[in-house]
Amino acid sequence: MSASSPLHRSAPHESAVGHVTGRARFVDDLPEPQGLLHGALIRSPVARGRLLALDLEPVRRAPGVEAVLTAADIPGDRFIGPLVHDEPLLGGPELLFHGQALALVLARSAEQARAAARLARPLVDEQPPVLDIEEAITRGRFHGEPHRIARGDLDAAFARAAFVVEGEVRSGGQDHFYLETMAALALPEEDGAIRILSSTQHPTEAQKMAARVLGRPAHLVICEVPRLGGGFGGKESQATAPACLAALGAAHTGRPCKLRFDREEDMRTTGGRHPFASRYRAALTSDGLLLGLYARLYSDGGCTFDLSLPVLDRALFHLDNAYFIEAVDLEGRVCHTDKPTNTAFRGFGGPQGMVVIEAVMREVARRLGRPTEEIRRRNYYGPPPRDRAPYGQAIPEPRIAAMHEALARSAGLEQRRAEVAAYNASSPWFKRGLDLQPVKFGISFTASLLNQAGALVLVFADGSVQLNHGGTEMGQGLHSKMRAVAADAFGLPAEAVRVMPTSTEKVPNTSPTAASSGSDLNGQAVAQACAIVRERMEAVAAEAIGRPVRFEDGRVLGPAGALSFAELASRCWARQVSLSSTGFYATPGIGYDRAAGQGTPFFYFAYGIALVEVELCGLTGEHRLRRVDILHDVGDSLLPNIDRGQVEGAFVQGYGWLTGEQVIFDDRGALRTRGPSTYKIPSAGDVPLAFHVELLPHAAQGSTIGGSKAVGEPPFMLAIGVVGALEEAVAAFGEGPLRLELPATPEALLDAIERRRGVP
Amino acid sequence: MALHLNVDHRDHEVHDLPPETTLLQWMRAQRLTAPKEGCNEGDCGACAVLLQDEQGRLRAVNSCLVLLPMVHGRRVLTAAGLARNGLHPAQAALVARSGSQCGYCTPGFVAALAEAAHRPELAQAAPDDARLHDALSGNLCRCTGYRPIQQALHEVAGTCPESPFPSTPPPGGRVEYEALGRRFLAPTELDEALRALADGARIVHGATDLGLSINLRHQTYDHMISLERIDALHRLESTAEGHRIGAGVPLAELEDWSADQVPVLHRMLRYFGSRLIKNRATLGGNLANASPIGDLAPVLLALDARLHLRSHRGPRVVPIDHFFRGYRQTALEADELIEAVQVPRAAADTRMSAFKVSRRRELDICAVSAAFALRVEEGRVAHVRLAYGGMAATPARALRTEAALLGRPWDAAALREALPRLDDDFQPIDDHRGSALFRRRLARNLLLGFQIETAREAFRPLPSGHVATVLP
Repeated sequence: MSASSPLHRSAPHESAVGHVTGRARFVDDLPEPQGLLHGALIRSPVARGRLLALDLEPVRRAPGVEAVLTAADIPGDRFIGPLVHDEPLLGGPELLFHGQALALVLARSAEQARAAARLARPLVDEQPPVLDIEEAITRGRFHGEPHRIARGDLDAAFARAAFVVEGEVRSGGQDHFYLETMAALALPEEDGAIRILSSTQHPTEAQKMAARVLGRPAHLVICEVPRLGGGFGGKESQATAPACLAALGAAHTGRPCKLRFDREEDMRTTGGRHPFASRYRAALTSDGLLLGLYARLYSDGGCTFDLSLPVLDRALFHLDNAYFIEAVDLEGRVCHTDKPTNTAFRGFGGPQGMVVIEAVMREVARRLGRPTEEIRRRNYYGPPPRDRAPYGQAIPEPRIAAMHEALARSAGLEQRRAEVAAYNASSPWFKRGLDLQPVKFGISFTASLLNQAGALVLVFADGSVQLNHGGTEMGQGLHSKMRAVAADAFGLPAEAVRVMPTSTEKVPNTSPTAASSGSDLNGQAVAQACAIVRERMEAVAAEAIGRPVRFEDGRVLGPAGALSFAELASRCWARQVSLSSTGFYATPGIGYDRAAGQGTPFFYFAYGIALVEVELCGLTGEHRLRRVDILHDVGDSLLPNIDRGQVEGAFVQGYGWLTGEQVIFDDRGALRTRGPSTYKIPSAGDVPLAFHVELLPHAAQGSTIGGSKAVGEPPFMLAIGVVGALEEAVAAFGEGPLRLELPATPEALLDAIERRRGVP
Repeated sequence: MALHLNVDHRDHEVHDLPPETTLLQWMRAQRLTAPKEGCNEGDCGACAVLLQDEQGRLRAVNSCLVLLPMVHGRRVLTAAGLARNGLHPAQAALVARSGSQCGYCTPGFVAALAEAAHRPELAQAAPDDARLHDALSGNLCRCTGYRPIQQALHEVAGTCPESPFPSTPPPGGRVEYEALGRRFLAPTELDEALRALADGARIVHGATDLGLSINLRHQTYDHMISLERIDALHRLESTAEGHRIGAGVPLAELEDWSADQVPVLHRMLRYFGSRLIKNRATLGGNLANASPIGDLAPVLLALDARLHLRSHRGPRVVPIDHFFRGYRQTALEADELIEAVQVPRAAADTRMSAFKVSRRRELDICAVSAAFALRVEEGRVAHVRLAYGGMAATPARALRTEAALLGRPWDAAALREALPRLDDDFQPIDDHRGSALFRRRLARNLLLGFQIETAREAFRPLPSGHVATVLP
């Protein structure tokens, strides 16, 4: 790497100027082709039942309407879905959830399409829906089989235990609330081809499913992604349906078709984070060492499979968080409810698993009258035999204990413990709390085959470069990182490389941009593609300037002279040398046997630790984050400002999940929190008053691109420390029982405070 | 007539579009795509643009809640037009601080930051100044966690003396627009408004509430009358007796003014809506739509405000505690409007405070809001007003609790005895903003918090970054 390499140094997001000027285009900003039709959906008015009749005549007669399509108009398979094809693209007669799409209205304007869709009055036979985990369990309604991970002799652990803690943790749903709602534009091309422009994290799936729905081979469908206005997992599997609907409309009418959900529609009809209800029982020694853990996890999968099983897997994989547990019996099931199907969401089950073990840690600390950090430190993974995860994977060189010490020191934990105690002793109505929250997060798709990526690099004869890779840009800075990797390989400034919109016609058979894996996987593929082209260019250069050849600062240097990169590119062209190449990467050495509950699902682990200080009002249940210090391990950061942004954004998003965001359905299964007026994500006023984020220095990870680590999801879970700090503040209000429900809204906190205070 | 407006330095003429067409809807149809639709209900700010108001001032507003006829003759800047001669300092600061990730909310944040950049009074604001927090209160970002955006704001606030708009104020003047048989009238004289009202027109002020009916419930109105261009409704006057607040004063202006004049109102305005909303919303609109919450109503109830109503038949004055008649019902006759709100000067030793508890501190509808006023004479409560929002079908005073406190010492024992009377005053309901139990607890605890506050120093405004609605 040369001194001027764009790698490992902060630089603005590659689209930053486009963002601030509004020139960066999202799907709905693209120029609208002539003859464009806009789609709107007629949707189920009930959560469960049968569609008896749907009179579409008034809809067809409405102004501007060009076509109304139902399941009968689907030429191919009407069922889609990421793992199991169980989601009807257009439903009926069986109704699966409130808001399920039944018919697609295509009109000359979006307003006309929506107004026409509102004219439909589906006649239905409504049946009582199953809306919560308990009822699904009672009725035995599940998706798939249970997943169990067991090791050691749990009975013996409980027999040896000095004490046992047990309880239940419920964590709630969460709407992704990406600012850009679902959008797709489909353009009919010649010979039956369709080009889809979609706001999706998974263009290959949109392509595959659209081909399936249309009954055409995949090569007739192209899916292109300009950029996403946020994804967070919400557009991993669930952007597929709008893409397929737009494609269906285009195929049917021969005209371009666009679909864009409004906010209400997006929130009401797409799924979010899985609510979980989990029971646990833990065996401990008298000094708080975990001997064994029994846990049963139930997630609310909603009406279809979607990604619920892998989400559950990851919850089970993260029940240990950073702690060694000798004996375990961990099992989870996905409940089948009559709600919009729940899906991927940053952390992908990890947070829901981790809140369980963290509840154990805090309860143990309270029982022993010790600070939580002491109990956590005692239980961290360590040298053998304390180095095996419940599923058998070795946890090499756990960084967490050292990070724990480093953050405790830099954030002044000991002194602040004393300050908080002194403040609480003198303040009757405001109490403060602290918690030091570690996170260990496994990196790789747990469906191991997905750990593959491709890239295509094109060097033009003028020395400019186009880069294609399989990942999508949704704000996480993947394109910025990939551009830096390619620029570094060619010794060019970042601006010399243009990252192209993601397209299935450039890189085929891609995995979703998910699981925090975007830069790990695509980065390796980009590096390989660039290395191949560079090697060819080196050979040409060597003839003129000898070997070794170095690429730096836009120049190519050898013992006998130098060329500009552009001169060399031109010379390669003249010499009939190929200036483009694909690259490919598959993560080596991972795999998991789900039936046995054993394997090596992860390539490595990412770590982080946060010290959270809160202040809580005993009269209203309102609180404030006074200070948050984070030390996070991203390996050797590819772009530090981008990674810091991921850490901060993930923390605040996790904070929202745990404190303010509440997904509320009515008793007929219709979502009540359908917009930002009722569903409250964090706003600027919720940010910690002091927010210190450091990336772990000298943290190079072996066998990853540039020594870096994945960053998208792990810091989300650092926000669990807010719950610990709030519980500590609640505890300071009295001596009564301590029970804090999630999300910890002012209402939940005031309830906990008054119970603790013993207010009748 | 046709509508004329200037967007991003270009003149546009509009005909034949429904009067309910929003500025956002129209801009996007014109492929002016910098402003984004994030929610269409004024709660996310992705559509925010800069609007030059009638005084020539620059205001960041939610373009999804601005009806097109309202901006006839006005100038509008989107993030794209703001960058005509290179990046505006607000844009450059966002780039330098990594203030965008996905970029979808960014053009809206640019509008909010640019407004702050052009407010000279913010030049010396400390990073924790409440006005800076307020400047971002109407914009949601799901990616960054806001810290870099706050940093960019701190860097640019108050630093741009030159307006990006031409210095001449936009031409004011009457608007009369008709399309599809529907009419939008914005007179400059109150009399014309009263006549139209008598003909059954629907009043609109800032459209921050009416806009929701249009966008989310697809309402149309045959005849809308905007009071925005009537100067007489925009006055703020103070006399020895009190203050007269014109019903059409935008709340952002009222917030600035009230800091010295009516601090308790200022305290509530700090957590009312967002800057983007307050730049359009008015006091008259807030009262007339008679929300059971209506955060400003409890304050005015505690202040014994009097509403000046007027119809073509003449004026009348209604004390605010006779104004709210039932769920979303007021004393307003069909042909009547609120002209002004009269706030009497309280005795110097009256203690007042205002509280609002919501799921989120900023831009949220509360579970309970409250405003209290109290004067103690010779150790006894001589005057008490306990007003609540969110506890009943209308904002209302807790009359039984007031009675229980009157004439008693203002101490913990007397309050403890009076608190159960709150359950006689109010039987709140469960909804997704809070359970009845939560509301009852808040009603009680806020009064307790008021006593704790009054036991200490004189009224103080909410400090920035405070924990809660009650001061620690």
